[in-house]
Amino acid sequence: MASTLVKKYFREDTLPHIWCPGCGNGIVTRAIVKAIDSLGLDKDDVCIVSGIGCSSRAPGYLDFNTLHTTHGRALAFATGVKMANPKLNVIVVTGDGDSSAIGGNHLIHACRRNIDITTIVFNNNIYGMTGGQYSPTTPTGDKGTTAPYGNLDANFDLCELTKGAGASYIARGTAYAAKQLEKYIADGIKNKGFSFIEAITACPTYYGRKNKKGSAVDMLQTVKESAVMDKAWDKLTEEQKEGKFKIGKFHDVKKPEYTEQYGKLIESFNKGED
Amino acid sequence: MATTTTVGLKSHTVEDKWCKGCGICVAFCPKNVLELENEIVVVKRLEDCIQCGQCELRCPDFAIWLGGK
Amino acid sequence: MTIKLMQGNEACVEGALRAGMKFYAGYPITPSTEIAEISAVELPKIGGKFIQMEDEISSMGATIGASLTGLKSMTATSGPGFSLKQENLGYGIISEVPCVVVNVQRGGPSTGLPTSPAQGDIMQSKWGTHGDHSIIVLYPNSVREIYDITIRSFNLSEKYRTPVILLLDEVIGHMRERIEIPKDAEIEIIDRKKPTCSPEEYKAYEVKEGEIVPDMAAFGSGYRYHVTGLVHSETGFPAGATKAEGLMRRLIDKIEDNTEDICTFEEYMLDDADTAIVAFGCTSRSAKSAIKSLRKDGYKVGMFRPITIWPSPEKQLEKLSKEVKRILVVEMNDGQYYLEVDRIAGKNTKVEKYGRLNGEIIPPDEIISVVKEGYNG
Repeated sequence: MASTLVKKYFREDTLPHIWCPGCGNGIVTRAIVKAIDSLGLDKDDVCIVSGIGCSSRAPGYLDFNTLHTTHGRALAFATGVKMANPKLNVIVVTGDGDSSAIGGNHLIHACRRNIDITTIVFNNNIYGMTGGQYSPTTPTGDKGTTAPYGNLDANFDLCELTKGAGASYIARGTAYAAKQLEKYIADGIKNKGFSFIEAITACPTYYGRKNKKGSAVDMLQTVKESAVMDKAWDKLTEEQKEGKFKIGKFHDVKKPEYTEQYGKLIESFNKGED
Repeated sequence: MATTTTVGLKSHTVEDKWCKGCGICVAFCPKNVLELENEIVVVKRLEDCIQCGQCELRCPDFAIWLGGK
Repeated sequence: MTIKLMQGNEACVEGALRAGMKFYAGYPITPSTEIAEISAVELPKIGGKFIQMEDEISSMGATIGASLTGLKSMTATSGPGFSLKQENLGYGIISEVPCVVVNVQRGGPSTGLPTSPAQGDIMQSKWGTHGDHSIIVLYPNSVREIYDITIRSFNLSEKYRTPVILLLDEVIGHMRERIEIPKDAEIEIIDRKKPTCSPEEYKAYEVKEGEIVPDMAAFGSGYRYHVTGLVHSETGFPAGATKAEGLMRRLIDKIEDNTEDICTFEEYMLDDADTAIVAFGCTSRSAKSAIKSLRKDGYKVGMFRPITIWPSPEKQLEKLSKEVKRILVVEMNDGQYYLEVDRIAGKNTKVEKYGRLNGEIIPPDEIISVVKEGYNG
């Protein structure tokens, strides 16, 4: 038995999903589906593409055109899909490691092209599928199985990264504030261009245990308490910002979209221009 | 198996096959309607429920929702 | 019939367009770059799409994504890029996505000899991606043949729902030859079979009775299904070890059981030969010239030229091994295809190799002396 939403948009027979108890991925996945529902998109016109990792299992549960690709390469495959059929609403579901370590190059170039793909990063600050290794978003000093003495790396701010690379819509939300996240995702899909939505979520099994962050409930509570809306964030002192992060819609600009530009090029030949 | 609890016009359904007992819905319910029993959520005090849907919103397993089957 | 003077790499694009290519994703690399450049010029004119991706890996990914969305797709590269494409190539194999991957070979390993010819990717083209698999690899030896074989690469990829590798030699890719463009009636174009059942009935990876591969629906065509690089069941969803043997067997057998259809080859002056040269690509042209000369001196030499190098033409090579006293495998590497020929023919006849690694094509004179040594020794 399932809710109306699940019945309509999920492949019910593939549930329950593989994610651990209390994993935020399910919350973010539901937010994506709610966003699609709010826009009233036809399921045949949506293609969800993922790479490898915990988050990348999401498309398999969803009743759209779904493509579970190789590690880090979701945006590469998605670019081919979008180019081939620009009418499709292409959504990429990826993780922090998938999108910004192994797939970092594809991320910045998809931003640069401003191709009409909405990318949702499930940022849980860890490689979960392989058992808890530190990722490009693991905070400096935190532990992973490959950072047993604390992570020496500085971590990425993915929203700043994608802004620098040229994305036209950028927002950060959380698995706690799931309604707000839905809104960001819906706005991202509506944006004609590359949209980047970072969803801060929690991995109680690996990141949580390794860093003594408590239960799934404790971790979601921490996410709630650490997230500060961007307007309020700007008023905080550096000291007050410690251990917190900013959420909100950070960037929303109009600029030429890649497949539209390519369409115009094709059109110019149809009209006999050269 | 899915269990629907109904009080007056309010009803709430739990699919216990999908519930993994994480307790998120219990913790974030503003009216303390839910409890875990044998690591599965049960709707204990539906009369107090304000149908805000916070449980459904944050259930990572799509195992609890407002309304019937 | 139209007659044109054309470069090998150009003939590859012309053939691809003739076959129905509508999408190309690539990354610049010598000596294949003209294939990208010409595709960039031509594709938008016919409503097709070209994109220069950020790297070789994403070029392979985009090629597969576009094919899944219904467009005949191609990418081209050379050694270093071919290495980078291997993971996604394996994805194309397990998820059964038709596409053509051109590798205009150069000297390797690593950066090697970027502008010099080599035939060093024979084994990589077969075993480059990890895990057990079968693959189709075609190897033309002239500009005209590049045109035909590129069409055939698309046809085979569509028919068998698998990536097809087109191996080219740098010297042919960059050579200009006179080619006759065949008329439409002379060319067969094969398109993937689309499902005719209702979307509800569609199982994306179910092979129907009498078919070789599953029907393929394009993303966005109303058939919503799941594609994964994981081992999957006939529904397309991950299935784990219980389905692995059956899936792997099917993927290998759809190629290995159809070698009669897939394998093409040329036999040259083999009727009375006691010595056979096995060669492909540019080396076969030197070999042909050597044979003409050797024949004038009375040596009974012929050539077997596989055009499909993988799957190997096992039946023909075995037959040949019973007819000649000596097989000489001449290739611009240290004996890669020799290993395959020796495996098949070595039990019946003497199989020897001759190769070079210096980035220069093997001239006929050298082949002549190696053949003569065999008669003297």
